Amino acid sequence: MNEPELIQNDLNSVLSAEEIRQIDAELAHIPYKSGAAIDALQIVQAQRGWVSDECLLAIARHLEMPAEELEGVATFYNLVYRQPVGDKVILLCDSVSCWICGCDNIREKITAKLGIEYGETTSDNRYTLIPVPCLGACDRAPVMMVGDQLETHLDGAKLDRVLQASSSEGSED
Amino acid sequence: MEKVLTRNIGPDLIPTGMAAYEASGGYRGLRKAMTGMSPADCLRVVTDSNLRGRGGAGFPTGVKWSFVPMGDKCTPGHKYLICNADEMEPGTFKDRLIMEHDPHQLIEGMILAAYTIGADIAYVFIRGEYVAAAQRLRGAIGECYAKGYLGDNILGSDYGLRMHVHTSAGRYICGEETALISALEGKRANPRAKPPFPQVSGLWGRPTIVNNVETLCNISHIVDRGADWFKSLGRGEDAGNKMFGVSGRVKNPGCWELPMGTPIREILEDYAGGMRDGLELKGFLPGGGSTDFLLPEHLDLAMDYNVIGKAGSRMGTGTMIILDDQTCPVGMTLNLIRFFARESCGFCTPCRDGLPWSRQVLEDIEAGGGVTEDLETLADQVEFIGAIGNTHCALAPGAMEPLQSALKFFRDDFERHISAGTCPYASGAQARGAA
Repeated sequence: MNEPELIQNDLNSVLSAEEIRQIDAELAHIPYKSGAAIDALQIVQAQRGWVSDECLLAIARHLEMPAEELEGVATFYNLVYRQPVGDKVILLCDSVSCWICGCDNIREKITAKLGIEYGETTSDNRYTLIPVPCLGACDRAPVMMVGDQLETHLDGAKLDRVLQASSSEGSED
Repeated sequence: MEKVLTRNIGPDLIPTGMAAYEASGGYRGLRKAMTGMSPADCLRVVTDSNLRGRGGAGFPTGVKWSFVPMGDKCTPGHKYLICNADEMEPGTFKDRLIMEHDPHQLIEGMILAAYTIGADIAYVFIRGEYVAAAQRLRGAIGECYAKGYLGDNILGSDYGLRMHVHTSAGRYICGEETALISALEGKRANPRAKPPFPQVSGLWGRPTIVNNVETLCNISHIVDRGADWFKSLGRGEDAGNKMFGVSGRVKNPGCWELPMGTPIREILEDYAGGMRDGLELKGFLPGGGSTDFLLPEHLDLAMDYNVIGKAGSRMGTGTMIILDDQTCPVGMTLNLIRFFARESCGFCTPCRDGLPWSRQVLEDIEAGGGVTEDLETLADQVEFIGAIGNTHCALAPGAMEPLQSALKFFRDDFERHISAGTCPYASGAQARGAA
């Protein structure tokens, strides 16, 4: 077996049957395969938490598009993670209304409490901290998301409660 | 005042299901159109209503739709209706509210819009963070297929429509309609040159209309109750009601449905409860992060597109951001420019390289390392980056709006930063505690 074949065989087994089923379902209402690029990245990320190089190559092959082009798409979007993230991603809103209401202070408290800056993951792999454009809850500023959950009216005490609840929930999984 | 857009949104914020929506008159507009109005009839009533786009630009909706080729003038194939639910303009929080709590109102508006332009496929392009809204829309779409409001032969007519919810993977630029189309095609969300306009060549090269959530939510009411009724809602020159919001350090930040033309003072004082104790109003952005600052002297202006335009700003999304006298105007401007620099798609040089330059100059001034010449540099940037035509889309010119007005209205603040070599606001605006 020569090397290109080896790579091809390996890539063919990267995506699960369920991932391929979901990607193919998207293809049904899209005129050409690369049109499902973002959907495919999201489907794989939903299963694995992030998109590895191996997955990226496998998706590109499945969608019959250059891997470099897919990488260009993947790295454009802030909610596609090209490196591992924690169990829960904290998306901290740092846009103007949250800034006026003290989001920088919330960021400092998160860093002090979890020991992570923007783009970093806690050593126990529980949380990753990332800034996000305005979350559209400006009347309840400052706000953030922890996983799928919107958390509003943040202050020190609220932040403690949210992280406490979220980490005990995580340990039950 | 009659509530229209929020008539199903009570204080308990319980989401409205199919039964409750229909009990409030829901799908009456759709029934009316499917049983006795042609697409041309629907276009006429929307055009006559003077509805203007609620996403920020205020373009007349009927005029936008009228550019879609119809009948023999259109080559065979799909046409698309896209709802822009990518709400991400800093300080804007209106579409989330109406999608989370009354998803059917949006879907009915979308079906009617799609019928009017002859679209057979509709997408809701929703930002990934709006988890609850996307979930409720998917549920409501399912209810519509079961009821015969979506699918083939809607309500026994020969019109059919399929509707999909597309969850976006992020980036502010996706709110720009041609960038949104690029994203929906699975590409990087770079805006496209116009012409061709999306109405002629949009998604997959086919005729496409992109409308904001709030715009589409008005459609069923206009079709049901007519153009004259809609026009009668406004207090000033513009038609209909509008979702207005106030955020910042006011007593009661929030979002309310009020008539077009409601004076700013009324929104700020009667609804938002005025400034928090101990704070004075210094200025405000009338409609999101990419609108020019206005001052307390503008409080008696009506929230109408042209009135705010004549005052030197834009009504934008209608959600105001309040600058109080203890928040640093340089810091606030820096926050906005930092946002726009981060969110540039990187396609055009003035935006990709110009905005980080503006950010750097503002960072220097805010940190106390600014020099007087910096103000000229910023003024030059406003001129070059802000000029429409130097960039592919409106992101960079929009970013210059708060900067140019801050330089004009808060010039003494910029100068004090430079002369004092530090931010003169107590403990530095950056480090202020929450609430």
